[in-house]
Amino acid sequence: MKNKSLISISDYSVDEIMEVLELAKEFEKNPSQRIAESKVIASLFFEPSTRTMMSFESAANRLGARVIGFNEVSSTSVSKGESLSDTIKTVSLYSDLIVIRHHIEGAARFASEVSKVPVINAGDGANQHPTQCMLDLFSILRTQNTLDNLDIVLVGDLKFGRTVHSLVKAMTNFNTTFHLVSPVELKLPSAVKMFIKNRKLKYYQYTSMEEAIKKADIVYMTRIQRERFSDPLEYERVKNSYTLSKNLLVDVKPNMKILHPLPRVNEISEDVDNTPQAYYFDQALNGVYVRQALISKILGLK
Amino acid sequence: MEKVKKQLVVSAIENGTVIDHIPNDNVSTVVRILDLYKLDNEIFLGANLNSKKYGKKGIIKIKDKFFEDFEINKIALVASTATIIEIKDYKVYRKFEVTVPETISGIIKCFNPKCVTNMEITSTKFKIVDKKDIKLMCHYCEKITKKETLEFF
Ligand SMILES: [Zn+2]
Repeated sequence: MKNKSLISISDYSVDEIMEVLELAKEFEKNPSQRIAESKVIASLFFEPSTRTMMSFESAANRLGARVIGFNEVSSTSVSKGESLSDTIKTVSLYSDLIVIRHHIEGAARFASEVSKVPVINAGDGANQHPTQCMLDLFSILRTQNTLDNLDIVLVGDLKFGRTVHSLVKAMTNFNTTFHLVSPVELKLPSAVKMFIKNRKLKYYQYTSMEEAIKKADIVYMTRIQRERFSDPLEYERVKNSYTLSKNLLVDVKPNMKILHPLPRVNEISEDVDNTPQAYYFDQALNGVYVRQALISKILGLK
Repeated sequence: MEKVKKQLVVSAIENGTVIDHIPNDNVSTVVRILDLYKLDNEIFLGANLNSKKYGKKGIIKIKDKFFEDFEINKIALVASTATIIEIKDYKVYRKFEVTVPETISGIIKCFNPKCVTNMEITSTKFKIVDKKDIKLMCHYCEKITKKETLEFF
């Protein structure tokens, strides 16, 4: 994996992903390992995302690496009209690894083609966000002790949610049964369902979550955004029916955990936070361990 | 009568290319994507011709013109049934059916307006994920450009 860019989760084989996840377990036990003290990591956030940036920087700092870069472009040469290609070529001279977030879809792939150093995609518009997918996989592995033969319930916006699409594709490698809960307008696109069908796996579709939750090993909640609806009344109608509250957590499996890519708005009530099923804040912390593992692998330090 | 018609269809050109078995409705599309109107060469267009295999078919003959691979790839995307016949000295020099390639670079625009190929760079690259229905996955934004949204540079 040394020097291997990660732009889309499918760039890494299942074995390579598992290697990263196993290493992430080590960082969970011992987060502070200053093995990258001589390294410089460039963090280029052309589109601001404080949450993702902090997770990457926290990971880099715990490895002892120095971080250069920006979280908005207004103070940079990009705002003076420098091309993406020139920015990447220049920054790759100053760093050992580039983390890029960009609003343009495909920008990260393009960056990896012009960069002299490996590139990690921290989100390119509505396209890919592979480290989110890896931390989701890690969270499933940590809570279930396996990725195989699980029942995963995905709730909310399954049409536009890129994290959902990546997670579904990745989980088709592990004999997963999918339970898809969404308003009719926001069903999982057929292009993503094809991945499930191609693997001859089972999926079930629902418009309410009560029934599905009882079957779940993992409940993956997502946010439903108002702007996805042409009819505002329709949004008002569906918004509350996809809210997970404590009273729904009866008769669930003992091992069931709730994940959410965060930030949440109202799709998980706060009364769920203190239940044994709530795992979404641990999931966010897992992002740091996974990014530590990934950076170490790509820099050839582990 | 049949013989006369047959003769008309493949009526001899000394040197050049015949694109045969074009789906009847796509003759003008092939002309457009190959920019044939820009050529000075003699061009014969035929449509509504009877074909045993396809019912009605179209045909294009271009004098003194041989196509490059990238042009033949273009033909394959809009006329997957086409046959290319290259004529030299009134004889069939080479005859082959077009095939849809595995990947295709340039030629086609990504339909996604938010794609980096429509903003920062102009070169495109696609993997053909469905050869029958013509579905192209963009190497950059990973969105699928379909037959209905095909746009050529
Ligand atoms: Zn594209």
